[in-house]
Amino acid sequence: MAQSQRPLSPHLQIYKPQLTSVLSIFHRLTGVGLAVGTLFLTWWLIAAAIGPGAYQTTQAFYGSWFGYLVLFGFSACLFYHLCNGVRHLVWDLGYGFEIEDVYRSGWAMLAASVTLTVVAWMIGLGIGG
Amino acid sequence: MAEFMLPANSKIGPGKAHPAPAGATNVKRFKVYRWEPDSGDNPRVDTYEIDRDACGPMVLDALIKIKNEVDATLTFRRSCREGICGSCAMNIDGTNTLACTQPIDDTKGDVAVYPLPHMPVIKDLVPDMTNFYAQYASIKPWLQSQTPPPDKERLQSKDDRAKLDGLYECILCACCSTSCPSYWWNSERYLGPAVLLQAYRWLVDSRDEHTGERLDELEDPFRLYRCHTIMNCTRTCPKDLNPAKAIAGIKKMLVERRM
Repeated sequence: MAQSQRPLSPHLQIYKPQLTSVLSIFHRLTGVGLAVGTLFLTWWLIAAAIGPGAYQTTQAFYGSWFGYLVLFGFSACLFYHLCNGVRHLVWDLGYGFEIEDVYRSGWAMLAASVTLTVVAWMIGLGIGG
Repeated sequence: MAEFMLPANSKIGPGKAHPAPAGATNVKRFKVYRWEPDSGDNPRVDTYEIDRDACGPMVLDALIKIKNEVDATLTFRRSCREGICGSCAMNIDGTNTLACTQPIDDTKGDVAVYPLPHMPVIKDLVPDMTNFYAQYASIKPWLQSQTPPPDKERLQSKDDRAKLDGLYECILCACCSTSCPSYWWNSERYLGPAVLLQAYRWLVDSRDEHTGERLDELEDPFRLYRCHTIMNCTRTCPKDLNPAKAIAGIKKMLVERRM
């Protein structure tokens, strides 16, 4: 008997978002953010090497509201990826696999990355004005 | 390559509604995925209103009640109804579990019931497990040894036997593998948490003498290392086992044998 091709059961569409998977996908996304941020960092360094004119242009960009947004995003990605990276290192040593520990370390990692980002900006704005 | 959207033939359309019998006061609504292979139609979600005063406590009880009294065409796998056969694994309320051990009381609002995620559907809640079982066979889930068999059984110390606790209890229901996004995107090459837990079960068995060959087979960027410690597997296991920890154990064994 003729049968139509089997459908694929729904996955992302129906699976409940939970701390385990959400933190994991943000680790991937912040990794992409770091790659993009590194391009901005490279642009700044190259401009500094070229001369005062080019450097002035980048400084003007990073001083604008959009520049602040890029820098904030870059720093937030950096601290998130760093803190979750430490969490991954602990896992790679074979610790912290009980689901209660996964949730505890997940929330702690989130708190640490938010704190580090805020503190870094408080210091940065305190010094740079 | 990860395909985040459902293919055109898999998109879910509107379904039928089956209202509660007259006079029912304790009504619970079940939204159940349906697909009829002979109709040529896309899958749909049917709504069944069940009188809980005339229904058993578990989600499987509700499904059986629907099949017996409301809609005999509803198709699902079930056997032991006590969480040991793994047949009724499905996605309930957004996470994978066994319908027979999932109390209806623990679900909030309407209960969404789907087949195990990212699997080819044979009919309704019945997924095609062929690839999953083939992957299980690929890790050679039996004792392999060189030494001739002793007169009696192969003995094991109590400590060595204890290493199998938390592994041998796996019922291969596939809840963990089909909860894993990495398995969704790479199920043709990544073995997935259930099969890797089984692989580890034989790696740590003191009676098995093919540990090296088993590790050789697993040392592969896809078969083992698509595990990114997402932890959905451990979160969802209806037997409270820890596939993620078992996979970490395999990774550790691979590092240790290089040192």
